[in-house]
Amino acid sequence: MSGERDLASALVAEIEKTAAGIGRPVRIMEVCGTHTVELRRQGIHSLLPRGIALVSGPGCPVCVTPAGYVDNALTLAESGHAIIASFGDMLKVPGATGRTLSSLSAAGRARLVYSPTELIGMARAAGAPVVFLAVGFETTIPTIMSALLEAEKQEIRNLYLYTAFKTVPAALRFLLANPEHGIDGFLLPGHVSVVIGADAYEFLEGPGGRPGVITGFEALDMLLGILLVLRQIGRGTHRVENAYPRAVRPGGNSLARQMIETMLEPTDETWRGLGVIPGAALGLRPARADRDAAKVFSLPAAADAEAPGCICARVVAGMATPPQCPLFGARCTPDDPVGPCMVSSEGTCAAYFRYGDGT
Amino acid sequence: MKEGALIRLEHGSGGALSRDLVESVIHPFFRSAAYPELTDASPVETGSDFLMTTDGYVVDPPFFPGGNIGALSVWGTCNDLAVCGAKPICISLALVLEEGFAVADLRKVLESAASAAREADTRIVTGDTKVVPRGKGGGIFITTAGIGRRMCSAPLSPSRIQEGDSVIISAPIGAHGLTVLAARESLPVADALRSDMAFLYPPVSLLFPLAESLRFLRDATRGGVAAVLNEAVHGAAWGIRMEESEIPVSDEVRTVADLLGLNPLEVANEGVFVAVVGARSEAAALRALQAHPLGRSARCVGHVTAGNAGTVLMTTKIGGTRRVDFPRGLLLPRIC
Repeated sequence: MSGERDLASALVAEIEKTAAGIGRPVRIMEVCGTHTVELRRQGIHSLLPRGIALVSGPGCPVCVTPAGYVDNALTLAESGHAIIASFGDMLKVPGATGRTLSSLSAAGRARLVYSPTELIGMARAAGAPVVFLAVGFETTIPTIMSALLEAEKQEIRNLYLYTAFKTVPAALRFLLANPEHGIDGFLLPGHVSVVIGADAYEFLEGPGGRPGVITGFEALDMLLGILLVLRQIGRGTHRVENAYPRAVRPGGNSLARQMIETMLEPTDETWRGLGVIPGAALGLRPARADRDAAKVFSLPAAADAEAPGCICARVVAGMATPPQCPLFGARCTPDDPVGPCMVSSEGTCAAYFRYGDGT
Repeated sequence: MKEGALIRLEHGSGGALSRDLVESVIHPFFRSAAYPELTDASPVETGSDFLMTTDGYVVDPPFFPGGNIGALSVWGTCNDLAVCGAKPICISLALVLEEGFAVADLRKVLESAASAAREADTRIVTGDTKVVPRGKGGGIFITTAGIGRRMCSAPLSPSRIQEGDSVIISAPIGAHGLTVLAARESLPVADALRSDMAFLYPPVSLLFPLAESLRFLRDATRGGVAAVLNEAVHGAAWGIRMEESEIPVSDEVRTVADLLGLNPLEVANEGVFVAVVGARSEAAALRALQAHPLGRSARCVGHVTAGNAGTVLMTTKIGGTRRVDFPRGLLLPRIC
């Protein structure tokens, strides 16, 4: 037996003891899509005692982007006014009509990038306007903004951002304000916290708050995070704990935070499944309106819509699990997805489908 | 497949979509009572001891650390025969060259193919050459066919797998696919990786004396070990349970795969095969393989189990359980 397995067994034993002490079912939300995938990939669900439910949260950026955003991008690409550039997952998300941007990739109207740094060369070579689908949380935003700064430095004028940036603390505030979600505690996202810092979650400690533990992504990190949340539930406290101190500092990464604050401002945009959360999205500040694809190309507000039968909206809100969806595994698979939670490599449905439910 | 469907790159990845393409579009045209199964090689006529196989090679780039498309195409075809229990006799080699491909590079590829054939004690006895205009090919594509003579008395088929059987992986996994990917994308890890490309008949044939206890063999190329294991239990009344900690993976492959977010179980190999043997023959099989340089790291990674029909489950390194699915989505295109 490996040392890691011994440590895991010891943590699981503590988790069982603590859960027994609580004596009621507990719902812990992993906010981050990477946690959703890693928890299942490591088989952690299969090790937890009955009564502890891990609920996936709204932390998969592709999943919380509404279908109307894809439709706007499709319309723009087909108009011939701009080439769409995007990370891979977004190209495969169906819009309200079921069509995807990847259907335009053969014609070169929708192009895949692995890193925002590729945008500079792509814009220079294309000559025509290139619109990047700027989707992501605080982890992704600084790299995209760096690419934009580089484009400005090199005086590349034909690169635009269609922003659908979201912020994690705002989503957590929304969940706290809607207690019908029944969440007893949060595993807070490690990578986002590297940027925003542990102090960004202070509101969780206020009235109506919940325990939150900043958690890393190794199996032992995640077991420890779950144990610390349970201990707080048992004690009846709701504090923010940093169980990922090897990467996360109280103030986060000041350079990245500064970049976000100077270039972007809070906006009100639709989250799939959650509706409009005031101030929970980030858009370009007016000084960069000439880089803002929504303004330059007069794109309408992105409407929220679901394919018939798809329950992604309830899944991202933590109100349903994938097996409760009639399409799951039958009409909707990673090879032919209906909703974004099956498209994204961080999506809850994809994680359930690939790794099973631990039995 | 849906009306109006188009071929996607994923159809060539060796995962679930590849299987669907072959099963629902290609095989129906050629299926017959005499050849009901999808295998790597089949008898040239019913009851014959001569087996035939064919394979196409589109690897990009054609030269990579540890080999090139020449030896790859010869050994890949020999390996398909080997895992069907046959010793390669001769192969054909057809070239599709793109206008502008350097003749010096072609010579290197052919030298490598000739040398690989010598090492495999087989001959390239016929071939063909075509040239396509610039931009219409990938530099060099190779198609081979091979004929071999059956040397294994037992019929090798997933249908002979039984509950309790042992699942063996012959060598550390993931090296070929990651090497080609790193070479293609000029990733700064290329020095740490070499393709595991190898002629597998010698280690494979060491298992033939197990006779009826040897149930099934498959080289774990596109789609990796995950695809082979899922194929083996697809539609069956049993499944496989494996131990993550028993899977042979080198530190280099584990690190690079982690960095790229890839699962070594899904990455293509060119020197690894999976063997399913009766549990009582497990020790003998491992002894035989471990005595050969290409099987030195062979491990029993799990067993055939009831209760999880048609699926592959894995006990993770921390003792949790999860499913190992068919590889899905765009894995690593043009890896062989």
